[in-house]
Amino acid sequence: MTKTEGGPAVVIRGLNVVRGKRRVLPDLSLVVPPGQVVGLLGPSGSGKTTLMRAIVGVQIIESGTVTVLGHAAGSPAVRDRVGYVTQDPSVYLDLTIRENIAYFGRAVGLRGGDLRSAVDRTLVEVDLVSHADDLVRDLSGGQESRVSLACALVARPTLLVLDEPTVGLDPVLRRDLWNLFGDLATQGYSLIVSSHVMDEATRCDRLVLLREGRVLADVTPAELLAMTGTTDADTAFLALVEATDERDVR
Amino acid sequence: MNPGLTLATTARVLRQVRTDHRTIALIMVVPMVLIGLLAWIYDNTPVFDQVGPALLGVFPMVVMFVVTSVATLRERQSGTLERLLTTPMGKADFMLGYALGFGALATVQALLVTAFATWVCDLDVAGPVWLLVLVAVLDAVLGTSLGLLASGFARTEFQAVQFMPAFLLPQFLLCGLLVPRDQLPDLLRWISDLLPLSYAVDAMKGITALTDPLAEVASDLGVVAGFIVLALALASLTLSRRTP
Repeated sequence: MTKTEGGPAVVIRGLNVVRGKRRVLPDLSLVVPPGQVVGLLGPSGSGKTTLMRAIVGVQIIESGTVTVLGHAAGSPAVRDRVGYVTQDPSVYLDLTIRENIAYFGRAVGLRGGDLRSAVDRTLVEVDLVSHADDLVRDLSGGQESRVSLACALVARPTLLVLDEPTVGLDPVLRRDLWNLFGDLATQGYSLIVSSHVMDEATRCDRLVLLREGRVLADVTPAELLAMTGTTDADTAFLALVEATDERDVR
Repeated sequence: MNPGLTLATTARVLRQVRTDHRTIALIMVVPMVLIGLLAWIYDNTPVFDQVGPALLGVFPMVVMFVVTSVATLRERQSGTLERLLTTPMGKADFMLGYALGFGALATVQALLVTAFATWVCDLDVAGPVWLLVLVAVLDAVLGTSLGLLASGFARTEFQAVQFMPAFLLPQFLLCGLLVPRDQLPDLLRWISDLLPLSYAVDAMKGITALTDPLAEVASDLGVVAGFIVLALALASLTLSRRTP
């Protein structure tokens, strides 16, 4: 698969999304640079999932443009270069781990020896080699979400969009996955990873803090701490929220 | 549309069914049990030879309709469909993949039930048995494609199962088995002309009565095939890449 060719991974201009009666994203603009792990942080209900759905092109949007790797989000030109992992595992419970990963590999055109080696590599990355031929319905919740992640990793997409990929995983595995995300970014792949666990923020190259559909900050972890005068991401987020609230009151 | 992606989906659907032994048993055995029961009820009368062939088409169709509509509904609800549509997999690849996968199951089912009806229950038709098998396969594939279409309108599994009586029973009442279609009230006859099962049953009746029914049956089979294509095309339209 090709890496991001120079330009930004994602460019969003004036994005408006309404779900039900609520305006989830009001006029959001954002540029995601290539070759970085960008953390999308914010409380639940802040619009993280909606933003990610807009980036992979499955969200009906009211107005605005979302450009991914130089093309319209969700257009055929980028579908084999964008990987999406939903918050709830979306895999086939009545297939084995290996069959799940292989099917999503075939969906992006991998065949034969390439497919086999990609599946084997992915099994190692998510630490499921010993369970490869177990049915997914016999796995634990954490294992199931790793299968879901593997189904996106197998294709080595240029842009990987991961919605809370580390929920329910033990600390060792979380560390390993964040190491993998970092390695991928070093190789030139772009990642957008959402989380509401603020301590994961330090593992990102860049942070986008979202609250009620608005971008509170789009900075590096070091800049976030410096601008808020705090020492950890949790406190920094609270400081930012309070600062914004004061501005709104005035 | 891409043959590689379609066949990948077909293989995946068949692998999924493979792990569910009870479903395979139900798909294969239920039509045989029903045909056996019918032969027994009409033992020593000519009725089984008259209605048996038509029901040979109806029973597999009902079974495949229910299996397919629930399977695709599960795919919509589990999020795997949405995920697939973010990949190069096309809507047509998805629908055809399912149709081919369940079509393969339907073929095995039709072979079994026709063999059972002919050799165990002594079903006697004027026309060739292979044509009986062909019509039974087409009917089962029709059930699959109507099931794919119906699942697009179901939000829950309860609804999907309820579509069976809603989609299929009216067709059964009007298909000419209870009252010959030309003796129906005009309005009902016109409606029955618009329903696929009417043509499937007409074809089966042709095989029952004629020693060389190919010419008669070919046009009915063409109409059934047309309905299969139409149902699949409409079913693809119920898939949308973008959702609210």
